[in-house]
Amino acid sequence: MSIVIKNGRVIDPASQTDRVADVLIVDGLVAGVAPNLSSPHAEVFDATGMIVAPGFIDMHVHLREPGFEHAETIESGSRAAAAGGFTSVCSMPNTKPVNDSVTVTSYIVERARRNAVVNVFPIGAITKGSAGEELSAIGGMKEAGAVAISDDGLPVMNARVMRRAMEFARSYGLPIIQHCEDLNLSAGGDMHEGAASVRWGLRGIPSAAEDVMVARDLLLAQLTGARYHVAHISTRNAVAMVEYARRKGLAVSCEATPHHFALSDSDMAAYDSSYKMKPPLRSVDDREAVTEGLVAGTVSAIATDHAPHAGSEKMQEFERCPFGIIGLETALALALEHLVHTGKLTLTRLVELFTVGPESVLRLGRGTLGTGAPGDVTIFSTDLSWTYDVNQSFSRSRNSPFDGRTFRGGPVATVVGGKLVWRRDGA
Amino acid sequence: MPAGLLGIEELSRAGIEAILARAKDFQPMQSQTVKKLDTLRGKMIVNLFYEASTRTRTSFEIAAKRLGADAVSITASGSSVSKGESLVDTLNTLAAMRPDAIVMRHWASGAPHFLARHLPTPIINAGDGTHEHPTQALLDARTILDRASHLEGLRVAIIGDIAHSRVARSNVFLLSKFGARIVLCGPASLLPVELAQLAPGVELTTDIREAIRDADVIMMLRVQLERQHEASFPASEYFRFYGLRLEHLDLAKPDAIVMHPGPINRGRELSSEVADFQRSVILNQVENGIAVRMAVLEKVIG
Repeated sequence: MSIVIKNGRVIDPASQTDRVADVLIVDGLVAGVAPNLSSPHAEVFDATGMIVAPGFIDMHVHLREPGFEHAETIESGSRAAAAGGFTSVCSMPNTKPVNDSVTVTSYIVERARRNAVVNVFPIGAITKGSAGEELSAIGGMKEAGAVAISDDGLPVMNARVMRRAMEFARSYGLPIIQHCEDLNLSAGGDMHEGAASVRWGLRGIPSAAEDVMVARDLLLAQLTGARYHVAHISTRNAVAMVEYARRKGLAVSCEATPHHFALSDSDMAAYDSSYKMKPPLRSVDDREAVTEGLVAGTVSAIATDHAPHAGSEKMQEFERCPFGIIGLETALALALEHLVHTGKLTLTRLVELFTVGPESVLRLGRGTLGTGAPGDVTIFSTDLSWTYDVNQSFSRSRNSPFDGRTFRGGPVATVVGGKLVWRRDGA
Repeated sequence: MPAGLLGIEELSRAGIEAILARAKDFQPMQSQTVKKLDTLRGKMIVNLFYEASTRTRTSFEIAAKRLGADAVSITASGSSVSKGESLVDTLNTLAAMRPDAIVMRHWASGAPHFLARHLPTPIINAGDGTHEHPTQALLDARTILDRASHLEGLRVAIIGDIAHSRVARSNVFLLSKFGARIVLCGPASLLPVELAQLAPGVELTTDIREAIRDADVIMMLRVQLERQHEASFPASEYFRFYGLRLEHLDLAKPDAIVMHPGPINRGRELSSEVADFQRSVILNQVENGIAVRMAVLEKVIG
């Protein structure tokens, strides 16, 4: 697959590039970034006035296949990813069956090869059935294509099991990703514990539920030397602890979701399950701490935690609704709105959070437009005005709090392996 | 959103005053031999109760009938609810039968608010989870105002399991709108500090004596064992530290009244002597419940 992307502003933090140039991809690989490139058989995409960046990597999505295909499939999720400017996604293992074996990992890899329009990298479960007790087949899953291990959604509560998991992950060179939530502290909670939960009579999930587990895991990461990554960080204390651990030289990192830097519990519509997720939307102070962490570099990746749920599951009493919102298609626009247009981050730093950041944890050999790299490119605009209509989403699910929101800037076209897999209507 | 009654928080002071004034009109009726009006003749009210209730359901039924309306009561057990039908489907089915209002009690906070976004029928909240119980706060205000000329400046102590109490929240919202001073009291595990932000004029204490000192109104709450998801306090010690006894009343204003939304647990949240105390107005609350609910039904449907 060959394509030449003409006249865009090429921002490639990995090679410290920021200039107007053409990007030429030949046979699926980057052949060069320079002015006036051409190739006889290459498709031409005019990116004048747009940003041309290495393909974005979302290290945290739920594609729901196998087992929950009514909510999402690898195909539908990958199309939503492409429409969000993502060229690679990492799928969490809480499918049915749980991805805790070579069989399931291979199934996901094979289904993705046939049906996905972006690269899909499975994340294997830490423990069998994500039950938190017995370690799963970590080495085999890695050989079959798993790029990390995590029991996302069902955090490993037993510290001894977590210690052993970290040791195994380290032997195989895999990062371990933890959804940090002390399940005893959060039990029964439906939203952040604070003024809003008390007002609405909903049971709360205290920030301490996250902090307690981040603290424990950082100490275990120090003990084991494992590469450890905090998923969807949401509290001020957790950001501070990760910052402290990084300064001590531990191989730890963390990601933030767009909703955790864009929203707080004070933005919630009462009892609207479009605002129900884990970790919950926290206080304004926590939201600011996450943003500060992104600015300071403590938070090194933006990930969506795209979590589709069928409409009927979200049309219930608030406390019965499952946790999670979709986010692939709105992530870049929210990041532009809250981080770049506000002057908090440069475009280069923003691109880093979607490319170099996740790449440094996952080591996929992507996230750059260096010559010979996979031909994955995200083309976006910083000033295009567009409105998100969730009913037009490529996802099979509709659970988003951002429906109807008008954004300034967003993805325009997505190239995977030199192939144009999505372009915005009219672009 | 159709005009129902979801909570006190959304009501204006004038709206509350209108309901309380109308309830006063209905009070004399309660002791007449012929107790029936035809204001709502031909109207149909569905009482849908997802949680056990005797007094609130009966009170709404009687209120509807005294206004000449027809009332049907449905409880969650023994209906399609126990056959796994979702809340939205159940309510859509009921709404298709064109009732004029649905009175709903539900164990989930916000269930009526969620439904009100999806249904054309007005919904009257008869208690949602640990959120609001608006008609209880209205009847409490009516009961206080039967003895005091105004709510402004009154010191009202609300004592018990505040965290899980919809009665407390609705009363806080109502009393605060009228400038009362509210003291919320209970063990710290049932008294989240964020309660102080519910409304202006709210203070918190874990000391029952401090709460009662100079109080004009003492509102005791039921210990809601069914809402305790964990051991929030040692149950064996509750009465000793948070139960209301006669000697406490010496700390209050001389004419202070004692209220309780019922059902009361003698010996748990208040002593038997306090329950039968001359300034206990617990049965007046029950009686006012009908007058207030008549006023609410008339406002919503009439």
